[in-house]
Amino acid sequence: MPNQSSSPALPAFEFKSSVITVPVLNIYTTDINSFSLQLREKVKQAADFFKNSSVLIDLQNVQDQDLNLALLLDAIHNVEILPIGIRGGSEAQQQSAKKIQLPIFNIPRVSTEAAPAEKSPKPVTPSATTNQSSEEPQNNTINTLVTQPIRSGQRVYAKGDLVITSHVSAGAEVMAEGNIHIYGALRGRALAGVLGDENSRIFCTDLQAELISIAGNYRISEDIEDSYKKTPVQIYLDKQALIIKNT
Amino acid sequence: MARIIVVTSGKGGVGKTTTSAAIAMGLAKKGHKTAVIDFDVGLRNLDLILGCERRVVYDFVNVINEEATLNQALIKDKRCDKLFVLPASQTRDKDALTLEGVGKVLNELKKTFKYIVCDSPAGIERGAHLAMYFADDAFVVTNPEVSSVRDSDRMLGILASKSQRAEKAETPIKEYLLLTRYNPARVKLGEMLSVEDVQDILSLHLLGVIPESQAVLNASNSGTPVILDEQSDAGQAYSDIVDRYLGEDKPHRFIDEEKKGLFGRLFRS
Repeated sequence: MPNQSSSPALPAFEFKSSVITVPVLNIYTTDINSFSLQLREKVKQAADFFKNSSVLIDLQNVQDQDLNLALLLDAIHNVEILPIGIRGGSEAQQQSAKKIQLPIFNIPRVSTEAAPAEKSPKPVTPSATTNQSSEEPQNNTINTLVTQPIRSGQRVYAKGDLVITSHVSAGAEVMAEGNIHIYGALRGRALAGVLGDENSRIFCTDLQAELISIAGNYRISEDIEDSYKKTPVQIYLDKQALIIKNT
Repeated sequence: MARIIVVTSGKGGVGKTTTSAAIAMGLAKKGHKTAVIDFDVGLRNLDLILGCERRVVYDFVNVINEEATLNQALIKDKRCDKLFVLPASQTRDKDALTLEGVGKVLNELKKTFKYIVCDSPAGIERGAHLAMYFADDAFVVTNPEVSSVRDSDRMLGILASKSQRAEKAETPIKEYLLLTRYNPARVKLGEMLSVEDVQDILSLHLLGVIPESQAVLNASNSGTPVILDEQSDAGQAYSDIVDRYLGEDKPHRFIDEEKKGLFGRLFRS
C-alpha cells in the first residue's frame, strides 16, 4: 500500500524542444593567463550581469592551436560564468570536451556573428522568380520579393522580410526570419520569425492558411476562427499568444 | 521555329492523352506539321486514342537506344498527312528514358516539325519530368475538383523550377489552363468547382473549357481524336482551343448551362 504513491499514470517527465538564445564566447587566444586576466576585467565592469550566466564557448578561431580546455574552463568558472558547451574546435579539442562531459554543438551555416540560434534552416529557393540570394548576407536584413504565385510543394525562405505580391497555394510553405507580407490569398503555410524573432508579424490580404506561425507559436487552419477566414488580417504575438486581428 | 508543347496535369485520368491527341490533330489539320510523342512508357495509350495501335513497329525507347531511326518509328496518320505519332514502349518502364536521349530526339524532330506535342504521364516523377523538361508551352489539364486542381498547382511549381528554361534562366514556359470534363449543371448545384474557382486558385491563362461529353468516350473507343467529331461539343471545344493557341480571338463556350427553348424542353429525349 504505502509504496503505491507514484502511480504509473502520472508522467514523470516530458521531452520538448525549445529555442533559446545563448551568449557565445569567442576564444581568440590559447594563452590562458592573458585570457583569464582580460575576462576578469570584463566581468568586473558588470558583475551582476555575468554572474551565473551560461555561455557557449566558440573555438573556431583557435582550432589549429594547442589549447588546454580544462584550464580555459577553470578560468571561466572562476568568474562565475557557466559554460554549457563548445562549438567548433579541432578533433583533439572536441575529444577533451567529451572527456569532461561538455556538450559539443554544431556550427551554424551562417556567419557566427549573425546567428544567435544553434541551427539555421536550409534556404530553399523555389524558382527563378525569387531573389536568388545565394550570397550570405553580411549583417542583417536582405528582403525577398516574390511576384509569381507560390505553388503547392514550393518553399520560399527569406533571410529578412518576405513580400509576396501573388498568392500562396495550399501545400506551399513560406518562411522568413522577419515579417511576411502577402498581397493575395494565403492558402498554404506561413512561418514568420523562424529564428525566434517574437516581434515579427504576418500580414495577409486574404487569410485561408493551413498553418500560421510566429517564432514557433503556431495555429492550424482548424483553430483559426471562421470570422477571420478570407479577410485581410495581421498576425502577431502577444505574450506567447498568437493574435489574429482584422486590418 | 518549332515549339514543344507538353500536355501535363500531375493527376491521372483527367484527359491528358485525349487532349494530346485532339490538339495534335487540330494543329495538323490547320496545316502545321505536328509530331505527338507518348511519354507514358509502360502504359502506352496514345496510339489507341489515335487509332494507330496496329501499325506500331518501333517506339520512343528504340529511338533513344538507337535501335531504330526516328523515321522508322514515326507513324504517319491516315486521316491527316501532317500528323505523326511516336508511340511509347509498352514493355519497358520510365527508367528507359534518359535526359540526353529525349533531348536528342526532340532536337531532331525540331528540324522538320512545327509543333511537337509531348503527352506526359501522370505523376511528377521521371516520365513527367522528362516530358516537360524541354517544353516551350505547357497545357495544364485540370478537372474541376480539388485534388486535380491541387496536383496541377504542384505541376505548375515544377514547370517553373525544374524545366530547362528555368535552369538556364530563359523566358519561362508559357502555361495555359485547359479545364476538362466540365459540367455547368453540376457547377450550378455546387457539386463541381466553377471556372472562376479554379482560376482563383491557379491564376492561369484559360485556353479553353471542354465539357463533359459522351463524345469523348466514343472517340477514344473508336480510335478517332474527338476533335474530328465536329458535331460534338467536346470536338468544337478542342477546335476553339487550337484556334486560340494559334492566336485567334474566340469567345469561351460551354461555360454556362445551355438554355433549352420550349421545343428543346418538349422534345427532350
